[in-house]
Amino acid sequence: MEEKQITLQIDHHFVTVPEGTTILEAAQKIGIDIPTLCHIDLKGTCIKNNPASCRICVVEVEGRRNLAPACATRCTEGMIVRTSTLRVMNARKIVAELILSDHPNECLTCPKAGNCELQNLALRFNIREMPFNGGELSPRKREVTASIVRNMDKCIFCRRCESVCNEVQTVGALGAIRRGFNTTIAPAFDRMMVESECTYCGQCVAVCPVGALTERDHTNRLVEDLADPDKVVIVQTAPAVRAAIGEEFGLPAGTLVTGKMVAALRELGFDYVFDTDFAADLTIMEEGAEMLNRLTGFLDGDTSVRLPILTSCCPAWVNFFEHQFPDLLDIPSTARSPQQMFGSIAKTWWAERMGIPRDRLVVVSIMPCLAKKYECDRDEFKTDGNPDVDYSISTRELARLIKRANISFTLLPDMEFDRPLGESTGAGVIFGTTGGVMEAALRTVYEFYTGKTLKDVNFQAVRGLQGVRRATVDLGGFELKVGIAHGLGNARHLLEDIRHGRNEYHAIEIMACPGGCIGGGGQPLHHGNSAVLYARANALYREDAGKTLRKSHENPFIKTLYSEYLGKPLSDKAEHLLHTRYFNRSM
Amino acid sequence: MKILTIEDLKSVRSASARRLALREQSDTMAGGQCCGTATGTARMQILICGGTGCKASSSQLIGGKIKEILSEKGIDDRVDVITTGCFGFCEKGPVVKIIPDNTFYTQVTPEDAADIVNDHIISGKRVERLLYVDPKTGQSVSDSKHMDFYRKQMRVALRNCGFIDPENIEEYIARDGYAALAESLMHRSPEDVIEAVKRSGLRGRGGGGFPTGVKWGFARKSVSDVKYVVCNADEGDPGAFMDRSIMEGDPHSIVEAMAICGYSIGSSKGLVYIRAEYPLAIHRLRTAISQAREYGLLGENILGSGFSFDIEIRYGAGAFVCGEETALIHSMEGKRGEPTMKPPFPAESGYLGKPTNVNNVETFANIPVILTKGPEWFASIGTEKSKGTKVFALAGKINNVGLIEVPMGTTLREVIYEIGGGIKGGRKFKAVQTGGPSGGCLTEKHLDIPIDFDNLLAEGSMMGSGGMIVMDEDDCMVSVARFYLDFTVEESCGKCTPCRIGNKRLLETLNRITDGKGSEEDLKTLSTLGKVIKDTALCGLGQTSPNPVLSTLNHFYDEYLEHVRDRRCRAKQCKALLTYMIDPSLCIGCHLCAKNCPADAIIGDVRKPHVINYDKCIRCGMCMARCRFKAISVS
Repeated sequence: MEEKQITLQIDHHFVTVPEGTTILEAAQKIGIDIPTLCHIDLKGTCIKNNPASCRICVVEVEGRRNLAPACATRCTEGMIVRTSTLRVMNARKIVAELILSDHPNECLTCPKAGNCELQNLALRFNIREMPFNGGELSPRKREVTASIVRNMDKCIFCRRCESVCNEVQTVGALGAIRRGFNTTIAPAFDRMMVESECTYCGQCVAVCPVGALTERDHTNRLVEDLADPDKVVIVQTAPAVRAAIGEEFGLPAGTLVTGKMVAALRELGFDYVFDTDFAADLTIMEEGAEMLNRLTGFLDGDTSVRLPILTSCCPAWVNFFEHQFPDLLDIPSTARSPQQMFGSIAKTWWAERMGIPRDRLVVVSIMPCLAKKYECDRDEFKTDGNPDVDYSISTRELARLIKRANISFTLLPDMEFDRPLGESTGAGVIFGTTGGVMEAALRTVYEFYTGKTLKDVNFQAVRGLQGVRRATVDLGGFELKVGIAHGLGNARHLLEDIRHGRNEYHAIEIMACPGGCIGGGGQPLHHGNSAVLYARANALYREDAGKTLRKSHENPFIKTLYSEYLGKPLSDKAEHLLHTRYFNRSM
Repeated sequence: MKILTIEDLKSVRSASARRLALREQSDTMAGGQCCGTATGTARMQILICGGTGCKASSSQLIGGKIKEILSEKGIDDRVDVITTGCFGFCEKGPVVKIIPDNTFYTQVTPEDAADIVNDHIISGKRVERLLYVDPKTGQSVSDSKHMDFYRKQMRVALRNCGFIDPENIEEYIARDGYAALAESLMHRSPEDVIEAVKRSGLRGRGGGGFPTGVKWGFARKSVSDVKYVVCNADEGDPGAFMDRSIMEGDPHSIVEAMAICGYSIGSSKGLVYIRAEYPLAIHRLRTAISQAREYGLLGENILGSGFSFDIEIRYGAGAFVCGEETALIHSMEGKRGEPTMKPPFPAESGYLGKPTNVNNVETFANIPVILTKGPEWFASIGTEKSKGTKVFALAGKINNVGLIEVPMGTTLREVIYEIGGGIKGGRKFKAVQTGGPSGGCLTEKHLDIPIDFDNLLAEGSMMGSGGMIVMDEDDCMVSVARFYLDFTVEESCGKCTPCRIGNKRLLETLNRITDGKGSEEDLKTLSTLGKVIKDTALCGLGQTSPNPVLSTLNHFYDEYLEHVRDRRCRAKQCKALLTYMIDPSLCIGCHLCAKNCPADAIIGDVRKPHVINYDKCIRCGMCMARCRFKAISVS
C-alpha cells in the first residue's frame, strides 16, 4: 500500500511528507532546525524518547488555541506552521529560562560544559539574564558509583535516561519519582543506584543532555600515575575507541585515528601502548574452544550440554543476566572479557617476561564503555587485592586528557602499537561493533571445526544495526545457527525465549549498548544522530579489511602466548587466568 | 433473582413500584397535611440521608434510633426507614424526610428520633423546631418543594439522589432503571444509541465539554478485539462533590450507563477509576455492581441479547492530574499517573493500547434518562450549545452550602442569591470561582450571564466539573489566586516544564506579593508567565492552571496594585501587609496586650499608653483580640 502523502506549509515553505510525520521531521526535511531538548530519536536503533515534555520545540499552528510541540504533533493536510514568530520565540525563551531557574549555575566547572544541550539553547535563545532565578531549587541527590556520577540537581527531567533504561535496556533502574516540582529521576524509593539493578551500561549517560549523568572520571589519578617514576604504566585501547575519538577533535565521525591515538598515548607518557584487540583475539581462542566443545558434545548426543552459548565480553550484559536471569548462569561462556584477559596476561606472562613486579605495574584501559570501570573493580579479577586492570578511562576522558596535555591530536604522526600485546588481527578489531564478536568467532570456529581455510572471512549476515539478527552458517554440513542482539531489551527477548525452552540458536552474541561498543556510554556523544554510529561501525570494518591477518588464531603473538605459557585453550592455566564465574545477584 | 428477559425486568419493576409510588405521589403533592399512623395513615416512609456529609453528622445513628423506637411502639411493620443518597442541602444536614406528607426535617440529631416518631409518625404533629426556617420571611417551611433552595432546581443527573435506597436495585428498577439498557439491547442498534446521545447535545461533564455522542462515535469506529469503557470518578477539585454524591446516591445509573456505552461502542469491559478516599461511594458502587450481576444485568448474555458486559473498580491514590484521561489510563495501567500527548486519543489507543471511551460520572448519570425520556426532551433543556442540566457544588461564603442541579442557562445570580440564599452574614458578594483550580474568578458584572460551557470560557473561567466557590469582601483576591496555585503546584505531575517549574515560579511571585515584597514588575511577570504556561503546558491541568491568577489580575488589578504599591491588603488577609496600631487616647495601659504578645513586641509602662515595636511584631493579631478597650486597630 502506498503511503499517504501530506502537504503542509512551514514558515511559508511547502513541504510534502508521508502521513504520520511530525512537524519536527517535516521541518528538518526543508532545513528548518526547530530546537529540541527532551526529544531524541536515534533512527535505525531503538533509542527514542518522545515525551513532548520540555516544550522547547513549540510552534504555532494556525487554528490551534495553544502552541504545539513540533516533536510530537503530526502533520495534517493543509496545516500552516510557523516556527519563529514572536509568540513562539518568547514562549521558548521563557521555557528555557524556567529550566535554567531550577538548574545550578555551575557551567564553569561542569563536566558537560561545551557539550551541554541546555547551554547551547541558552546561547541560541540569546538568554542574557535569568529572570526566574532566585526561587527554590528542587531537592535532589548526588551519587558516585564505580562507573556513573549522578548529579541530579542538574537534571532537567527530559526523561531520556528513563526511556533508555526502561524501554530500550529494560533494566528499570531509573524512573521518575515524586511529583510536581519535587519530581526527580532515581531508582525506586529513591534508593541509590548501587542498590538498584543498574548494569552500568552507561546509556543513560550517553543520552543525558546536561551534566546530570556523567562518567566517573579517573584522569586525575592517571596523571599522577604517569608522573610517578616508580610505576610502569601500560595502556590497552578497546577497538571502538579508535573509530570515535577523532570526533572530539573535530574530525568527521568514522575517521580512523588508530595511529594518532597510539602517538597521543605515547606523548602522554605511557610506558607501553598495547591493544585490547590482542586480548580480543585471545578471547576468540578461549570462547571459540568452549563453543567447539559444547557443539561437539551436543552433536555427540551429550544431553548435559547447555546451548546456546552466549558471549561474555560485555560487562553490562554480565550484570544484566546476573540480576535478571540467575537461573541461566551456566549458559554464557566463562571466558573473561578482553579487558580482563588483557590485564590478567599483562600482569602475569608479560610482567614476568619483563621482570616487572606486580605492585609496580599499572594497567590502564581506554574503553568506550562505563561498565568497564565497574568490571575492573570486581573481586574475582583481583590477586591479593591488586586488580588485573587498575582502572578504565573512557574515550571522552582520554580526549579531555589529550587536550589538557597540550597535544595537537590532528597533527600527530601515525604510530604503531607496542609488541607483543599490541599485535592484533582484523577479528579483534571488529569486536567493537555489534555482530563483530560473532563474526570473529565464526572465522576461527569454522576453520577449527572443518579443518578448511575460510574463503571469504566477511560474514555480511551478522553485520548491521538491526536489533536482533539471525544467521545460519554452514560448517561443512552442520548448520550453525547464530543470533546477535544489541541493546539489553533485545537481549531480554532472546533470554526469555531460552528460559521458556524456545531457543533456536547454538550461539548468541550480546552487547548491551545499541550498536555495540561503538555506541558505548563512554564514547563521544552522538547527540541523537545515528549516522555517527553507522560511520563508526564502518570504520572498524575498514580497519579489519585493511589488515593482513584477519583471523584471531593467526595472531603470531597469540601463538607464542600459548606455546610459551598457556599450553592450549581451556588448559588449567588458561581456565585460571582467562575464565570467570557468575553470581546470582537477583534482587 | 435473575432477570432473563425484558418481561422479567417489567415484573420486578411493577413489584417494587408500590414502595416508590408513595414517594412519587408525595413529591408531586401540593404540600400535604401532616399525617400519622394514629390519624389513619396506612403506610409511612422515613428517608434518612446517607450521604458522606450527613453520615459524618451521625445520620446512621438517627436511623438506628428511629427503628428502635418504631419497633418498641410496634409500628415498624407500617413504617419503612430508608437510607438514601444526598438530598443536596448539606448546609442543614442531617436531613430526614417523612413520606407521604413530604415533611423535610433539617439538622436532626439522634436525640430528635423520639420526637419524630412520637409526635409526627404516631400523632401526626410536625416537630416544628426541626423545620427549615426561610431566612427571608422568618416562616418555617415544611415541604422542600417550597424552599428557595429546591424551587429553581431541576434534578436530572440527581434524579434518584435522596429519593431511592442506593443499595436496593429494585428501587432503581422501579424508577425506570435499566429500562434504557433493555430497550437499547432489544430494539436499538449501537449506532442508533450513539445517534440519540449525539442528538441530545450532551457534553462531557468532567470539564472539557466535549460532545459525548461524538466521543462514543470515535470509539465505535476504532477497530479492535478489545475495547474499554472507563468511568472517570477521580473527582479532584477542592470543594467539589458532585460525582461522589451521584455514586453514593444513585450508583446503578452509572452501572447502567456504562453497559449502554459498552453496547454502543462494542466493548464488554468497564472500569471505574475512583479515588480510594471515597470509601462510601466505592461501597455503594460495589454493591450496585454485585446486585446487577446477581440480577443478570451485568455479565454474560444480558437479557438474552448476546451482549456481555462487566465492570471492575480500580482505585486511584487521589492525584488531581489523574482526572485527565490519559493520566488516568496510565494510572490504571500501574504506571506513573501523568498525561501523554493527544493524539492518539484514548478512543484510538487507550487502556493497554486498546480503544477506550472515558466519561465522567455525571455524564454517565445523564445517559439512561436521555434514552428513556428521549434526546429531544434533554435537548429542550438548557442553552443553544449546552444542553441539559449541570450539577454544582456550592461552597464558600454562601448561606446554602450544598449540591444543586440547574438547567444550563441559569444565571449565577439565580444560583447564588436564590438557590444559595445569598452571601453569609449579609456581606457583600465579591467573586465566584467556577471550575475549581482550572477555572477563574467571575465578578459582580458576570452575575447575569447564563451559565454554560461557552459563556464561562469566554469570560476567562470554565465550567469545570462544577465546583462553585463564593467569595465575599473579606476575601483577598491575591490570596485566593495563591490558594489555587498552591493546589496546582502540589498536584502537578511534574512532567512538562511550564507546569513543573512555571507554576512554582508563579506561586513564588504571588508569595512575594502577599508577603509585602512584591513589585509592579512582579505583576507583569504574573501576566507574561501565566500566558506562556497556558500556551505551552502539556495537558489540561497545566494549560488552565494560571486561570485563577490571570482572571483575578484581570478583574481585580487594583487589589494587586495595592499590595505591591501601597503594601496594603484591603481584605486584611495578607498578614505581612497588616499594621496594628494602639490608639493612645483609648489605651489605659492595662498591659494585657503586652502580656499576651507572643513576640514581646509591645512595650509600655502600666497605666500609660503602650506602643508596638514593629521590628518585632509578627502581626498575629493577638493584641487586638485581647484588648478590652478597642484601643488596637489594624490597617
